[in-house]
Amino acid sequence: MLRLEKRPQPSQVWTYTTPLLAVAITMVVGGILFAALGKDPLVAIRTIFWDPMFGQFASYSLPQLLVKAGPLMLIAIGLSFGFRAGVWNIGAEGQYIIGAICGAAVGLAFYPMEARWLIFPLMIIAGFAGGMLWALIPGFLRVRFGTNEILVSLMLVYVAEQLLASMSLGLLRNPEGMGFPGSRNLSQITSSQNLELISGTGMHWGVVFAFIAVIFAYIALSRHMFGFNVRLAGQSPKAAAFSGVNPKRLVLICMGLSGALAGAAGLFEVAGPSGQVSIDFNVGYGFTAIIVAFLGRLHPVGILLAALLMALTYIGGEIAQLTLGLPGAAIQLFQGMLLFFLLAVDVLTNYRIVLAKSEAA
Amino acid sequence: MNLKSILTGATVALGMSTAAIADSHVTKVGFVYVGPVGDGGWTYEHNEGRLAVEEHFGDAVETVFVESVPEGPDAERVMTQMALGGADLIFTTSFGYMDPTINVAAKFPDVKFEHATGYKRADNVSTYSARFYEGRAVQGHIAGQLTESNIIGYIGSFPIPEVIRGINSAYIHAKEVNPDVEFKIVWAFTWFDPAKEAEAASVLIEQGADVILQHTDSTAPQAAAQAAGNVYTFGQASDMGEYAPMPRVSSIIDNWAPYYIARTQAVIDGTWESTDTWDGIGPGMVGIGEISSAVPADVKASAEALRDSLASGEYHAFTGPINKQDGSAWLAEGETADDGTLLGMNFYVEGISGDIPQ
Repeated sequence: MLRLEKRPQPSQVWTYTTPLLAVAITMVVGGILFAALGKDPLVAIRTIFWDPMFGQFASYSLPQLLVKAGPLMLIAIGLSFGFRAGVWNIGAEGQYIIGAICGAAVGLAFYPMEARWLIFPLMIIAGFAGGMLWALIPGFLRVRFGTNEILVSLMLVYVAEQLLASMSLGLLRNPEGMGFPGSRNLSQITSSQNLELISGTGMHWGVVFAFIAVIFAYIALSRHMFGFNVRLAGQSPKAAAFSGVNPKRLVLICMGLSGALAGAAGLFEVAGPSGQVSIDFNVGYGFTAIIVAFLGRLHPVGILLAALLMALTYIGGEIAQLTLGLPGAAIQLFQGMLLFFLLAVDVLTNYRIVLAKSEAA
Repeated sequence: MNLKSILTGATVALGMSTAAIADSHVTKVGFVYVGPVGDGGWTYEHNEGRLAVEEHFGDAVETVFVESVPEGPDAERVMTQMALGGADLIFTTSFGYMDPTINVAAKFPDVKFEHATGYKRADNVSTYSARFYEGRAVQGHIAGQLTESNIIGYIGSFPIPEVIRGINSAYIHAKEVNPDVEFKIVWAFTWFDPAKEAEAASVLIEQGADVILQHTDSTAPQAAAQAAGNVYTFGQASDMGEYAPMPRVSSIIDNWAPYYIARTQAVIDGTWESTDTWDGIGPGMVGIGEISSAVPADVKASAEALRDSLASGEYHAFTGPINKQDGSAWLAEGETADDGTLLGMNFYVEGISGDIPQ
């Protein structure tokens, strides 16, 4: 009989192997699903994982991977600090929206001034600040009144969505938009646009910031006292308190940091790929980033890879819909499986399978 | 296949499409959908149009589609992939695809684009929409006579001119047959979200509405009305006939098939031109679903007469005298609304209470 036995320490080997195993199992089970839908499973898997990178139109879809992965990376890096320290910011989607609104509002306030050197940096600062302040609301409520930051941050997403609708229909509405909702298109205004830095690479300022965030997070976690405190607080709050970590300050820092990065991701998106503040500007990056953070083991390099993998399944999924006629829901199911199997095989990190001997024998 | 790869590979480098040449034997038509094809409403009917194109042209035309595409950068990417993949004609079927359609069309001057319900056009971008407000007039006419509480609930999607136009048209015609009628409007801020739509319907029913009109695409409000019992509804975008004869008493059906077939034919013939199409009941783009047995015979007869007069053009759904909500005059006696005002409609007519969300 098989039995699970708790490991004295989480296995290092399995920590890094489980994501790969999860991807492999997802491919197999996904393949069975696609076969059941009457598609060639090998072709379907190849279309999703291979074609965006090396297929016929890779010169277009490869840079798009960065465009799609950039905001995921930026948000997930921010979340990973809090998740390590046991601070659960689930509302990155809302902070992303508020960052976009604040940044766009700054850009639009200066319209039609052309001083890009002034306006664009101000927009970035507004994006960071907006997201940070929005995240500090649940942070402050937790340290002051002991509220649950999971619930408060999540509820604030819906508040942010209402604000977004209100801004698209009211304050930030394009006065030349014939009464339709949505702001002016920031990506068409030289002073506020966030376009590709080198044409055809997909690299815009948001992607650059995402890579910088990965590097900083790596240094902070491995070489810096702050990273040590974060890890300590997550593993043993008592030990952290003894070593002089102020838990309240840590909560505020983690919330503020994750909110700031989510806000920045929103700003870069609204000024670049998306272009305008509109009612349905947010498409779930803030929630997907939670999956990315865990898929990447809360490790900066892992998050980098996980964000690219998620982007790959999105873009590959679209190609599969186009060329193979796979239903959209099958692709979503496939993405969901990825997290499901990751959580399932995660058990191997903390437990090992042993062949149990019966007591009597 | 090899020739196509080489040609389309070169296309990418040049930033323009030669796909039409590569694919000259089979015309490829792409569709971008905002919801799932199984939504039973808006996207379902566009997909029916696509299937009609496939059936009409057989092997001469190949169609592709991507469903549930968010409005924004994702839509732009999907359209680009379609154009790269050799599509000759692409229908983008939601208002929020407007800027992405214009952007992608600029990169692929040889691919034709058709954007539904927008107002931006280019040499290779047409727009098309249907005069759903004509159908709303018929709905209002029936609803005004069915209601006993004199409260009609209305589930709005987004406060854009198209939706506001529908509310005004329904209200004017409900008021005409029932001076005591009152509209309660709930904004769902979504085109398709069964949970939110069901919630909106329940809220309206709790507030005393016994007729519910919807501008969202799912059948959730129908189900909520059925559960509540004595509440009437109308199918939206699709017939939603599975809820007939009660609660669904009639419907507005979008019929895109004739338009899609005609535009595909124009691409095949090389006669395609950028146009702006806005058709109503007359040309068959808007259909009125069968008025069920739950509606009294005289109401049914007068509703059908109204439908026919709208179809023949003898009557316009916005015929004066009509005042704006603030009491200022809009249309004088006998005057009809011009298309420009209708397309940008951002005000309620007199009698509707509440504000358009800002």
